[in-house]
Amino acid sequence: MYVYDAYDQRIVDDRVAQYRDQTARYLAGEISEEQFLPLRLQNGLYVQRLAPMLRIAVPYGLLNSTQLRKLAEISRRYDKGYAHVSTRQNFQLNWPQLEEVPDILAELASVQMHAIQTSGNCIRNTTTDQYAGVATDELEDPRPYCELIRQWSTLHPEFAFLPRKFKIAVCATEQDRAAVHAHDIGLELVKNDAGEVGFRVLAGGGLGRTPMIGQEVCPWLEKKHLLSYLEAILRVYNLYGRRDNKFKARIKILVKAMGVESFRDAVEKEWASLKDGPTTLTDEEMDRARSFFTEPAYRTIDAVSAEAELDAQCTADPIFANWVRRNTVSHRKAGYRIVNVSLKATGYAPGDVSDKQMELIADLADEYAFGELRTTHQQNMVLADVEMAQLYSLWQKLQAAALATPNIGYLTDLICCPGGDYCSLANAKSIPVAEAIQARFEDLDYLYDLGPIELNISGCMNACGHHHIGHIGILGVDKKGQEFYQVSLGGSQDRDASLGKILGPSFGQEEMPDVMEKLLTTYLDLREEEETFLQTYRRVGIDPFKERVYAKAH
Amino acid sequence: MPRLIKDGAIVEDAWLPVDPEGEPGDNRIHTLAQWQANPSANAVQLEPGDEPWPLLEALGSLELIAVNFPVFTDGRGFSYARELREKGYTGELRATGHFQRDQMTYLRRVGCNAFALDDDSKLEAALASLQDFSEHYQASIEPELPLFRRR
Ligand code: SF4
Repeated sequence: MYVYDAYDQRIVDDRVAQYRDQTARYLAGEISEEQFLPLRLQNGLYVQRLAPMLRIAVPYGLLNSTQLRKLAEISRRYDKGYAHVSTRQNFQLNWPQLEEVPDILAELASVQMHAIQTSGNCIRNTTTDQYAGVATDELEDPRPYCELIRQWSTLHPEFAFLPRKFKIAVCATEQDRAAVHAHDIGLELVKNDAGEVGFRVLAGGGLGRTPMIGQEVCPWLEKKHLLSYLEAILRVYNLYGRRDNKFKARIKILVKAMGVESFRDAVEKEWASLKDGPTTLTDEEMDRARSFFTEPAYRTIDAVSAEAELDAQCTADPIFANWVRRNTVSHRKAGYRIVNVSLKATGYAPGDVSDKQMELIADLADEYAFGELRTTHQQNMVLADVEMAQLYSLWQKLQAAALATPNIGYLTDLICCPGGDYCSLANAKSIPVAEAIQARFEDLDYLYDLGPIELNISGCMNACGHHHIGHIGILGVDKKGQEFYQVSLGGSQDRDASLGKILGPSFGQEEMPDVMEKLLTTYLDLREEEETFLQTYRRVGIDPFKERVYAKAH
Repeated sequence: MPRLIKDGAIVEDAWLPVDPEGEPGDNRIHTLAQWQANPSANAVQLEPGDEPWPLLEALGSLELIAVNFPVFTDGRGFSYARELREKGYTGELRATGHFQRDQMTYLRRVGCNAFALDDDSKLEAALASLQDFSEHYQASIEPELPLFRRR
């Protein structure tokens, strides 16, 4: 993974010193609440319903065991002993003290971490595939480009006060695990007709109040132009994005209003003066970035005997076999598997991880996975490089810590924002809905029979829980001061991205498990052969679901 | 006379502020509309939404371009400043209005060399903010080369 040199360290250290001074000036009454707001936001600090919330950047979801141990220590010392993995692959602390945030940032800087631009109207953490570098269907490792984007976007002087927040995602695989269509800018590594790898550039995707799928601005961009092209898009957005209405300020509204052709023309016009300028990436710089993402010291393993051994272990222990099947993924290297660490055990808030669990996961990363870890936008963690022969002992340790729930990709592996329990913007709570659904559908056989289903829950229109792109989406709404839940069906974040359609009138919290059950039964009744929920939905449409759910009780 | 920061020092402001209603005169900063009516004037102020393109023809003769920040969260001025410098403007480029000292490193980096803060009693403290960062990743007006070409 990327390692800071003296320059990177200095930038982060300078930022900590700057924020320490800003906090002191705020506490001394020298700057107003209003002036302090964007300063603290651009250092990750929100003021939430019950306490401040600090969002810590995990660039493209990659971290090492030292960093995770530091997070465990911080969560114990400055918080209540747990942290939360967000859908942008970041970590969130729910109870830090505003006065102590400069100290927390200094602690983070000591392990090459920061909270820069994790909120506010600026370029946010760039995200990518959690299986980057080990996925079997990858064209090229996207992480070097994510790191180049991270550096370019960090404290960019022109783009720190945009109309609204700005999110970039990169993917390089057939199956899009980074939801590039739902980002302000989505980048796909693709080949052109000559077989050279470059970027397909999408712009104007996004969720929130007016969800939209990103549109193609450039079908193939030579890699060296990546940053200057991003700069041109950002400049058009900074100049022309709406600033009069917060709900119309995202780039998706601008792209839609201009039409993608005119938007492209405006970008090309700006790009003409930036192209081939100093921001153009050099071969040396791209090589330098790539040099941090080389293969770890894999052992040469005989695949056939490793598989046979694993099969034997699986036969002997069906519970282990099930975990291997559900929570591990095939790896590019013979004899290795990718392991998902589920943060979705029933009875725990989705995505929450305790200090003890973090320390354990860090130890396991050292013991089994070259000391590296990833966070996922599904709010789980990943040990990307585990030898097959070690899976059994790893599984036992994960299981003892409630980190081996075999539900990755299934209904109970749901995505859920912090919602009304923590977030001051919420219309409704989201965690209790998630927990009630997890409790209702705990039966594993039923879960597996349902097949892969993405259930995404947001506590308000801001859509941090990505409800529009869940196969089933749940959105908290406020009706005359009461918490209700609106259901949508048919969203997808894959390459064939689509936005969910609203089922109908919303439901009370206690109705939600029953509503889910009706939806799922409808699917089971209607599915043909091996159809997934999404496939069935796409074939039959929303009506049969509607009829069942809203049928009058006799 | 009001004071401001220019080229790293605190100086007295030789210019009179814009007066959209009044008669533009020598030494007065013009609004874009006033300047367009009187293109021989040599000081002009851009508001957010004023496109800087009309100025591009006259960059050689302008002595002062002020970029106004009616609210500090409207970042259009950062792009205006950088574009004006990119297009070859070498005169005084001044940030004015309600920007904050915490934005001065960014403003300097997009080409501003003068800073008229709304409270000129705090200029000494604000001067320090120009040095908030000792290194930068991106190419901009300052520095011209990105870190990756200097590393
Ligand atoms: S979706 Fe709404 S309730 Fe949930 S975390 Fe985001 S802002 Fe808060």
